[in-house]
Amino acid sequence: MNGAQDLGGMMGFGPVQPEPEDVRFHADWERRALAIVVATGATQRWTIDAARHARESLPPGEYLTSSYYEIWTTGLEALLVDAGLVTAEELAHGRVLEPGEPRTHVLRPGDVAQVLAAGSPYDRPVAETARFTVGDLVRTRNLHPTGHTRLPRYARAKQGVIVRLHSGYVFPDTNAHGAGECPQWLYTVRFEARELWGDSADPTLTVAIDAWESYLDPA
Amino acid sequence: MRADDSARPVPIAARVQALEAILVEKGYVQTASLDAIVQTYEREVGPRNGARVVARAWVDPDYRKWLLADATAAIASLGYTGRQGEHMVALENTSDTHHLVVCTLCSCYPWPVLGLPPVWYKSPPYRSRAVLDPRGVLADFGVTLPATTRIEVHDSTAEIRYLVVPMRPPGTEGWAEQELARLVTRDSMIGAGLALVP
Repeated sequence: MNGAQDLGGMMGFGPVQPEPEDVRFHADWERRALAIVVATGATQRWTIDAARHARESLPPGEYLTSSYYEIWTTGLEALLVDAGLVTAEELAHGRVLEPGEPRTHVLRPGDVAQVLAAGSPYDRPVAETARFTVGDLVRTRNLHPTGHTRLPRYARAKQGVIVRLHSGYVFPDTNAHGAGECPQWLYTVRFEARELWGDSADPTLTVAIDAWESYLDPA
Repeated sequence: MRADDSARPVPIAARVQALEAILVEKGYVQTASLDAIVQTYEREVGPRNGARVVARAWVDPDYRKWLLADATAAIASLGYTGRQGEHMVALENTSDTHHLVVCTLCSCYPWPVLGLPPVWYKSPPYRSRAVLDPRGVLADFGVTLPATTRIEVHDSTAEIRYLVVPMRPPGTEGWAEQELARLVTRDSMIGAGLALVP
């Protein structure tokens, strides 16, 4: 969706504010927000793509004025309600009003290290052979879906070159909406800055995105 | 979707506290698990992991080759695996080409080697400008590259996570791996900085 999360190329946000690398959190609630997002993910009631879609579905004004852990928290609230694990009334009142769903998978303390170290691979076999190969010129499609997509606006309807062929990967545009993993070949596509930003672009700059096969046409 | 808007002005700290209490009471999360997650990302998994990978690549040509060919396996061989690092690609900075990594759409970042992303990495100033004006972004970090250096920006739009291998600083010939690792900053492994010069 063309939401506020799609920030590439926007202007007016001011300078980047670097910070020392030993700063991990800025408030205690950020620690807890991180932990509940990670721990509730282990309930396996939604996918990472659904979680991203919940965050980007925030109204643009709210998205752009929220810190990232606020965005995560608001997204999580929506996921919990959609999954039927927590009710909107419970969130509004800040307390439990009905018993929990008993069959929910719960992350045990003794499993945390193993679960975090294992991660959750997203590569999948794809039956068809890859349509493109490294060096092929391609043009991204001019897609504007109302649902989730990982093709940023600045890189739509642009010509680029395939610089890496990865493998099959879960397709976020369907997986975010419970429509299946529908894996597709994933490529890295590199664009000259001039193609993206016009004649005044930095001539030394290229920008690469990772793009699923259905985002691409032969150029 | 969300709670009644009249309840919105609850401060975020109180909202998170209430949410945690609800999740614990309903049996969906356990407090000790939450504590273990915080402990992991506050004390154990951070950019010193990535620094060790980079330092190894600087001193061991075979490891460097492996890292550039199959970063997931090469990084796993040092014990760094898992969440948000399942599919790794290493990008080597040279005097000709400088790589910079961003996630314009959210906050994708290689957790096992760099830990949690810094606030700036997740914030609009960086996400909006890295793909359009990377030299301006680098200037915000006090970094100026030669005008002839090619800049390759990588927008992490899928589940591939990128680790930049910064250039080894001059004057470090013969240094041990552990000493070299101290020169490898987090920002240099995103491409937003350079390795420290001794």
